Amino acid sequence: MTGLLEVRDLHVRFDLPGGGELAAVQGVGFDLAPGERFGLVGESGCGKTTTILALMGLLPPTASVSGEVLVGGENILAGGEDAIRQHRWVDVAMVFQGAMNALNPVQRVGAQIVEPMELHGVAEGAAARARAGELLEMVGIPAASADRYPHEFSGGMRQRAAIAMALACGPKVLLADEPTTALDVMVQAQILELLVGLTDDLGLSLVLVTHDLPVVAQVCGRAAVMYAGEIIESGTMEELFHSPRHPYTRMLFAATPDLLGEGHVVSIPGAPPRLDREIVGCPFRPRCDRAFERCEHDHPALLEVGAGHRAACHLNEVPAGATP
Amino acid sequence: MSVALGQEPGLEVGGERQERRFLWRVLRERPSAAVGAVVFLLIVAAAVLAPVLAPYGLHDQVGSTFGRPSGAHPLGLDDGGIDMVTLLMWGTRISLVVGLAATFVAIAIGGTVGLLAGYFGGATDTILSRITDYFLVIPDVPLMIVVAAIWGPSLSHIVVVIGILLWASTARIIRSQVKSVRERVYVKRARSLGAGHGRTLLRHVLPQISPLLIANTVLTVAVAIFDETALSFLGLGDPSKISLGKVIEILSLSLLGQAMEDSLNPRLRVAHLSVRRFRFVPAGALRAPARKGKRP
Amino acid sequence: MSEVAARPQGAPETGASAGHPLLAVRNLVTRYPIRRGFTATLARRPRQAVHAVDGVSFSLDRGEMLALVGESGCGKTTTAQTVLRLVDATSGAIAFEGRDISALSHRELRPLRRRMQLIYQDPYESLDPRFRVRQTVEEPLLIHGVGGSREKRRQLVRDALGRAELTPPELYENRYPHELSGGQRQRVAIAASLALQPELLVADEPVSMLDVSVRAGILSLLDGLRRDGGMAVLMITHDLSTAAHFADRIAVMYLGRIVEEGAARDVVRNPLHPYTKALLSVVPKRDPRDRTTPQILQGETPNPTKIPRGCRFHPRCPVAEDRCRDIDPELHPPADARNADHQAACILV
Repeated sequence: MTGLLEVRDLHVRFDLPGGGELAAVQGVGFDLAPGERFGLVGESGCGKTTTILALMGLLPPTASVSGEVLVGGENILAGGEDAIRQHRWVDVAMVFQGAMNALNPVQRVGAQIVEPMELHGVAEGAAARARAGELLEMVGIPAASADRYPHEFSGGMRQRAAIAMALACGPKVLLADEPTTALDVMVQAQILELLVGLTDDLGLSLVLVTHDLPVVAQVCGRAAVMYAGEIIESGTMEELFHSPRHPYTRMLFAATPDLLGEGHVVSIPGAPPRLDREIVGCPFRPRCDRAFERCEHDHPALLEVGAGHRAACHLNEVPAGATP
Repeated sequence: MSVALGQEPGLEVGGERQERRFLWRVLRERPSAAVGAVVFLLIVAAAVLAPVLAPYGLHDQVGSTFGRPSGAHPLGLDDGGIDMVTLLMWGTRISLVVGLAATFVAIAIGGTVGLLAGYFGGATDTILSRITDYFLVIPDVPLMIVVAAIWGPSLSHIVVVIGILLWASTARIIRSQVKSVRERVYVKRARSLGAGHGRTLLRHVLPQISPLLIANTVLTVAVAIFDETALSFLGLGDPSKISLGKVIEILSLSLLGQAMEDSLNPRLRVAHLSVRRFRFVPAGALRAPARKGKRP
Repeated sequence: MSEVAARPQGAPETGASAGHPLLAVRNLVTRYPIRRGFTATLARRPRQAVHAVDGVSFSLDRGEMLALVGESGCGKTTTAQTVLRLVDATSGAIAFEGRDISALSHRELRPLRRRMQLIYQDPYESLDPRFRVRQTVEEPLLIHGVGGSREKRRQLVRDALGRAELTPPELYENRYPHELSGGQRQRVAIAASLALQPELLVADEPVSMLDVSVRAGILSLLDGLRRDGGMAVLMITHDLSTAAHFADRIAVMYLGRIVEEGAARDVVRNPLHPYTKALLSVVPKRDPRDRTTPQILQGETPNPTKIPRGCRFHPRCPVAEDRCRDIDPELHPPADARNADHQAACILV
């Protein structure tokens, strides 16, 4: 299947200053279809941001990346920086975490949208400026605002501008890293509505990276939950919420308060494991409420538990009726 | 539900030992700091132990005027026939004393002014900053010359003059650092708990600016020594005391009478060295604390 | 005022102030003047001010948790800071145990500071990185001269750490903040606040910077403190779901005013004010099957320097009428209300 974006067995390791390695991403893989909204969910340190930075080839030199990232069938990791640059922004673009604060304060917004177009040879001069205006309109900002500076925009507008910048070269895949985290709930709703509209109207595919489960539940069709650098469960949002097959997924939902929900909201005790040391057995074992003996020394593999629904937990391998 | 140890793998044990290892870590990570520290200690040792270590007496004429360098006198003799190495060691002593004393004055004034201006802001800051600005604008050497000429050259006068000139730049640096520290949440929190200004300044603000203060102090010593050297080279230093400036002056005089190009470089470099070596230590010390305590 | 021994937990307040709520705020106004440029002064243009808090009234009893909810710029944080007198009120009354503290000097306020404490949003910034945990927790005791001997203070510190669920306390006492996780740091901050056994705890977004899996623990802790400890908790948050779950009452703020107030369940299940309705509709739900149509308001919250005339919400209100432009409604219960507890500031209610 030549999907739009296929990630296979992605590993990212960072060299640590005192020697040693940090295994930030371990064996991550997923597929993205055109027009799909896919969520990459997890808490801080789980490796989700590192994963999408690896897709863009934007990791620092201390990172070693292995695995395959197929964009339209072609492995962009195989060719080095030059190969990635051809795809970066043109096929796969990214809206960074806190992008609204990463706009150049001394450059007009329009010029910042034109810049990637000229850098990648997509458009130039007047044509580029015209397209920048169109992009601004597409994200809900009047085209005339192109001549303004970022500080004249509100937070929500700056985020929209960052999205317009990401769309400058007409990519097929948009990676959004916590696009609404620092925004008010009403502005968040506006931005999410925008992203949904863009994927529906333009056939754009979206990878939404966030720690906010309800956002993913409302916006995405499918998602993968990451923990300690691995995908521990992936499937449709329905499957993840209504029939989770990994304790972390279940507990994460249980830790998220719901507006009208009646149930107790419960923390997950403990903290994620250190990634600079080798993890024996299941990485979630110390915090799991259903861990048993096998979890101590056997690392669970990500296995199919239903059509398109995968989970990495030994509980799924226990035959029905038997006690673990 | 308690948060017990076994459930918190993020908790690192051994935090106390980390503190003590800090100094060794600085020296290990920044070899230039280690080198600078060693050379500096050697110089200080030579100066402190001058009465014991100097090869000859300070007032003993051991040869002819401006005697050439030889095996017994590697740096030659001065205009009174006194051994230059001896003069150098004694001179370093005076220069160090003046440098440290003047620095103490400068840091005491500058640190206090900077602290108060940065912490209290408002009118206090405006007044203190304007005063600081006036002192910053004054050109060092001409003022020193004028004051030394009018007030009379004596070691204590020199110390005060240099101190008065150097405090302003310290005040500026400390002020901006204090301004930024004052806005930190834990400082505001301490104030909201009811901590008075004294407590806040002493327990919360001062520890945060002390790395900068220390680094600034060391750099100021270098400048102070240099300023004193300039003064005594120009003949405005205390005539009864030999300092490095005098040594350089003598060297320059001897050059007029001699054309020894080989010995020229080492002689001048020796005086310059002690000033420069100071600089390595603070750079290393300043960079290392920034790494400690970074949030995950 | 001499220091009395620390109050036993949960003991009811006796005496003349027993009938008052712990905290009663009436028509609180906090305005920040904006510095005018030279030309503006010459032109005699009127001074502009940020109307951060523009007439806020509420009360809080012991054992109660009130959540002040709203988007950025609504004035919730400024309200909290004004109540604690970290910021001076422009006008209005702040009654703590019946006594108006809005005009007290800072010296007179000092003994009161023991009884009301603030927990900050950022656990990574609110602890002095050079203080060990026990020093941070001990500091309030030293400032207010509580405890007497070092041993006694040590014990009080351990008690506070225990109440913040950092057990065994001996394990955490000597740690530095950078050795602790975000959740643990926040607990240390809470322990430091508890050391003086305050009666009012103000928590400013106490969990917004923490991971989801850790939040519930901290919030349950605060919940437990007010139930068992008889404390009053004023929680500032932008997260309606959190407020709905943990608070007794919710007050929704918009542009410096409370536009709706009532029991948490009532406000969330039966919102009265159009702003509350819109806000609730856009909060994403966990359940992917639960897809309500969000009522997304256009634009963003206007500048607090230019508050709209009449009802401050009317420019964005989906059901605004002409008369909303002229009338600035007060909080009132709906005409057919069974109880006067649930109020909204809307003429259509």
